Amino acid sequence: MHFRLSDTVLDVVQNAVEAGSGLVVLDYIDHLDGDKNLLRVCVADDGKGMDEETLKRAQDPFYSDGTKHSGRKVGLGLPFLRQLCDQCGGRFEIESRPGEGTSLFFELDRDNVDFPPEGDVAALFTDCLLLSGTHDMAIHRFRGEEGYSLLKSELISAMGSLEDAEAIRLLTRYIGDQEAGI
Amino acid sequence: MGKLTLEELRKLRESTRREIEKRETTDKSVQVLVGMGTCGIAAGARDTLQAFVEEIEKTGLKDIVLKPTGCMGSCYAEPTVEISMPEMPTILYCKVTPEVVRKIVDSHIVHKQLVNEHVLDKPAADILH
Repeated sequence: MHFRLSDTVLDVVQNAVEAGSGLVVLDYIDHLDGDKNLLRVCVADDGKGMDEETLKRAQDPFYSDGTKHSGRKVGLGLPFLRQLCDQCGGRFEIESRPGEGTSLFFELDRDNVDFPPEGDVAALFTDCLLLSGTHDMAIHRFRGEEGYSLLKSELISAMGSLEDAEAIRLLTRYIGDQEAGI
Repeated sequence: MGKLTLEELRKLRESTRREIEKRETTDKSVQVLVGMGTCGIAAGARDTLQAFVEEIEKTGLKDIVLKPTGCMGSCYAEPTVEISMPEMPTILYCKVTPEVVRKIVDSHIVHKQLVNEHVLDKPAADILH
């Protein structure tokens, strides 16, 4: 299992990009439900999707579709996430349709003793936006009623490129400022 | 300092871009690819990428393309980093921790010397010579 929650989320977002998506949407929401301090995360894409059989097999740690490593017999991203949700008494749901895309949702109680180290949320969003590809990416971050959104195409339009150290540094600072403001 | 707005981000970027000759990755650019598949993430590649950002800023180097990429296939040796630059063979480095990043930036990129103990793959010796 990944050490940080942010590593797990990046892994799942990368799956969405690698599904040949035109658009990937990440919702990262802190929500108070009574006395429960919940984190809700949703990753949705319009990529190639999976049929029912493939979707079931994708949650098997000993299955890989062979795209990244032909002959490899493990695919650990989704099983790791499912294991984390089980460990924390959280929720995990995934839906997919071939040719339409995939939507993955999970929810964790921040006050659960097994809630993992989260990592830097601003750095997570930076890393998601840096993922290579022709896709666009929208990130919606909310803490209660306050929040902000990021759109990859808008940021590229503002900065020209996200492929050099200076751009990455500025992007990290910009997102860090948004995160600190909520 | 107040919160950076998108317009301020645009202006900041513009002011430094005038100093940088922006071009496609050619044989004149240094390209750094950081493997960031599941294996790379688990091995700490995100910290590796951040270390490159910091070290490049610290040394004042310009015209460096820095990109995370998917798994480059050597999962046992992550974090892996590929460096392509003029006058040097393309090298795949392994087990690149933030400390190794500092060595790579100084030795390989600035002084054009390989960090031998971390080379995973390079052209054959006769090609190198």
